[in-house]
Amino acid sequence: MSELNKVLATFQVNGEPHEVAFVPHKTLLEVLREEMALTGTKHGCELGECGTCTVQIGGMPVLSCLVLAVDAVGKDVRTVEGLAIGSDLAPLQDCMADLGGAQCGYCTPGVLMAADALLKDNTRPTRDEIKEALAGNLCRCTGYIKIFEAIELAAARMRGEDAEPSKESIYGS
Amino acid sequence: MVLDDPGLKHGAASPQARSDAPWQHDKNKDELEHIGKPIRKVDARSKVSGLTQYADDLTMPRMLHMKLLRSTMAHAELAHIDTSKAAEVPGVKGILTGKDMPMPFGILPVSQDEHALCPDHVRFVGDPIVAIAATEEEIAWDACRLVEVDYRELRTIGGVHEAAANEEPRLHDYGVRGNIHRLENLEFGDLADGFERADHIREDTFWFEGNTHLPLEQHASLAHFDKDGKLTIWSSTQTPHYLHRALARVLHPLPANRIRVIATPHGGGFGGKSDPFNHEICAAKMSMLTGRPVKVVLTREEVFWCHRGRHPVLMRSKIGVSKTGRITALDFHSFLDGGAYGSYGTASTFYTGALQTVTYAVENYHFRGARFFTNKAPCGPKRGHGTVQPRFALEVQLDKVACDLGIDPAKLRLDNLAPRESVTANYLRIGSMGLGACIEKVVEGSGWHERRGKKEVTKDGRIRGLGLACSSYLSGAGLPIYWNGMPHSGVQLQLDRSGLCTVFCGSTDIGQGSDSVLGWIVGEVLGINPLDIKVVTGDTDLTPVDLGSYSSRVTVMTGNAAMQAAERAREIVAKGVAKKIEVPASRLVFAEGRVFDAEDPETGMTFMEAVGIAEAQLGTIGTVGSYTPPKSAAKFRGGGVGPSPSYSYSATVVEVEVDPETGIYRVPKVWMAHDIGRALNPAIAMGQIEGSIYMGLGEAMMEEMAYRDRSHKGQRIFLHKIPSMLEYKSPSTLEMPDCVTYMIEDPDKNGPFGAKEVGQGPLLPIMPAVANAVFDAVDVRVDENPISCEKVFAAIQAKNEGKDARFGPALDATGIPDVDFGESLRIKTPWQGGDGTASNAPSRTKKAKK
Repeated sequence: MSELNKVLATFQVNGEPHEVAFVPHKTLLEVLREEMALTGTKHGCELGECGTCTVQIGGMPVLSCLVLAVDAVGKDVRTVEGLAIGSDLAPLQDCMADLGGAQCGYCTPGVLMAADALLKDNTRPTRDEIKEALAGNLCRCTGYIKIFEAIELAAARMRGEDAEPSKESIYGS
Repeated sequence: MVLDDPGLKHGAASPQARSDAPWQHDKNKDELEHIGKPIRKVDARSKVSGLTQYADDLTMPRMLHMKLLRSTMAHAELAHIDTSKAAEVPGVKGILTGKDMPMPFGILPVSQDEHALCPDHVRFVGDPIVAIAATEEEIAWDACRLVEVDYRELRTIGGVHEAAANEEPRLHDYGVRGNIHRLENLEFGDLADGFERADHIREDTFWFEGNTHLPLEQHASLAHFDKDGKLTIWSSTQTPHYLHRALARVLHPLPANRIRVIATPHGGGFGGKSDPFNHEICAAKMSMLTGRPVKVVLTREEVFWCHRGRHPVLMRSKIGVSKTGRITALDFHSFLDGGAYGSYGTASTFYTGALQTVTYAVENYHFRGARFFTNKAPCGPKRGHGTVQPRFALEVQLDKVACDLGIDPAKLRLDNLAPRESVTANYLRIGSMGLGACIEKVVEGSGWHERRGKKEVTKDGRIRGLGLACSSYLSGAGLPIYWNGMPHSGVQLQLDRSGLCTVFCGSTDIGQGSDSVLGWIVGEVLGINPLDIKVVTGDTDLTPVDLGSYSSRVTVMTGNAAMQAAERAREIVAKGVAKKIEVPASRLVFAEGRVFDAEDPETGMTFMEAVGIAEAQLGTIGTVGSYTPPKSAAKFRGGGVGPSPSYSYSATVVEVEVDPETGIYRVPKVWMAHDIGRALNPAIAMGQIEGSIYMGLGEAMMEEMAYRDRSHKGQRIFLHKIPSMLEYKSPSTLEMPDCVTYMIEDPDKNGPFGAKEVGQGPLLPIMPAVANAVFDAVDVRVDENPISCEKVFAAIQAKNEGKDARFGPALDATGIPDVDFGESLRIKTPWQGGDGTASNAPSRTKKAKK
């Protein structure tokens, strides 16, 4: 509680140093949102069940609600705010926007961070590999399909292909 | 600043290039510029950037954090509440109890049965008793633990059977009698004659377990009572207007015109954030008490307590059909477990009987519905509100009828289709009706005729089955929640000389894209890029009233209001331009960001210049549009639930693979056809259909709001079995099957550009289609939802033991409670010469005394 001594530490988030004071039992999720005002990372359960708070540490997707902030000090933390370059959306974000992969948008930051990590390792993921990589990210709006299609489209574009989504995915069969 | 929205990047060279998606499929047969194109949503960019600010992302200086202490008893009187120790905790700034907010509230005028904090009676585990605000969230939690509550325990009412059998203790001192909240008894036509003429009659019972919305965003609100004596609340609500009314009621004498509700971007609703909630009212009151901004964020467990989800419903359905399968009579009973409060329950009760008639022509129809109060989290509206449970029953029963008569289930349905442009037995007015086309699509796509009943065996020994089901849903409720003669939706449009068009509307985007719908429609009418339009919504200070995001009403209702406002604006601008360039206004075209002469497209100007010219001639430009649904054909009491400007239709075929040894099954593929009238944006509409399939599969296969019946401190309590996202199973990416989706476009005259609803309807047929597919595979009936593997296994075992190959409630009194519904309200059908009024007026069931 408030009487507990705070610790002072410098985090590297999206390539920028953030020096913050926080009580040591706080999770990375809490410190990102409450001490650094990086509210792009969402919370849905704070028990590691929904995937909404997914961020990357050292390029690996992790649930920030299950990571103590002190354990992330000195590591390379990346959040959804770090995906776009300036005002340019990353291809993954662009494809999600174009296909309606974000409905309410609440799971989107977590989905993007998990998918971005997948595409770093695998430039040509199959549908099953995408499903596997996102199995920890719940989405209640989309039925996941537009998310899968957005990731596939983004992967193709990142490979330099002039890809389009299938006609069926936009207009139905 | 680089703006890379494709809409801007592609410029305005041609209608094709102006589309905001980087791909082109020229599907439109007409020349619409934006409607029917896969344009980005107006808020897509901020959502994929993580920059959308949801309620819990907001903070204010000096903000306090509030927590609610909730009842640990399922049913009790509050003998004493002692908050003195909590008040002494350093950092605690405010404490509220029930006596601070004595005025009851509730979403429906007929069920004002909730209190912001329970004054003297708790009705379910989770009912809030005390609110504490402190400088830190953890301090508020700790202080809550120091509150002492003395409960005087009351007998717990656990479900519909117990509620029917026990008139005392009553949960509420209103309602029909005992713990019966509502009783409805409506008879359309001549049931006796209908059954007399039937060649085949069957009677079945069904149980649909409750389930919940499980939005990823936990409910959150931030309230601020400012130094000018005005209250603002930012909240994750689907219905800012109704929250506004509830706040004005409970916070009286604070006038409504000093209360501002802002619906924040919404992290998932599905009906679960449609009621005004305790925490919202408490945050507002707490801010008034402390003079500081107050935020409340519910824990995941509290979200389960708030619930307002799918009612558990027990159903009994008796159907009469001719030799050829034509329905001659339907006698339907529903028994709803309402939980602790009224919520939308009155409407839910009627909805369990309303829409059976809009898919199939039911000649004679009798509906009896009862809703009970029980000591569980209150039920309310979830996607498909009240029509989901009876749809499950009817579609499974029709499958059984088809089986009895040896008729193809698809043909049985096609032969019974309700006619388009007709009025049903219960006086619902059907306009466009594309269910036949939907059925044909999924039958063809799935290879229904070739593959059904073949019992193909997969490599791993599972048996394949196909199941078909259909449904319909409203495009908005025909009547408002409280009676009034005002529009259901209002839109204001402001044009200025920069070429900016701002749309103001009280509607609330809950992720379905309603903000974008406003942009697409106004953009189409004014010929401007929807992404250039500023959309301001869900703010009771700034935007005209729209009733909210429920009953799939927004596209049709705000869409029509927006269209009217935009057409009026076009008229004003055209008048100015016509005078300036000396061309008749009727010849002017608004397209591609220009206003020009249809006969000489070079003669014209940009939209911005046109607005300036009109402004110079006619003054500041602002228009309004409003929408009120057509009058209902029903004039009998209870006829207010069910009418809608139009009905969407869906048909689905679901494929299952069942392990005949264990009952474990999976769903590899779904074919879904949805009659949408017209897809305003096909990509976004597809997302709604796919999301509905997903949520339907969750309900069919795993989701249930189940209670643990256990003793606590000597009292029997009903504790939610699974109040966490891990234990409340919902489908992950791994369970999501391949979906083949068809959109049937049959424009409806009441919809903007012919559009009908899409967000809820396609959920409905999934559950019965799964049950029917399981039967096709392994010849057992599961007449309960969810159709869990355990139930399939139990039914297979029953079959193997030579018993009835079925899992479901019994048809006798152990299955169906004995409830006296009183005399029915008798209404002649249109084909009997009826005029929508009742031919009798049974005395209202006598109310029990307090």
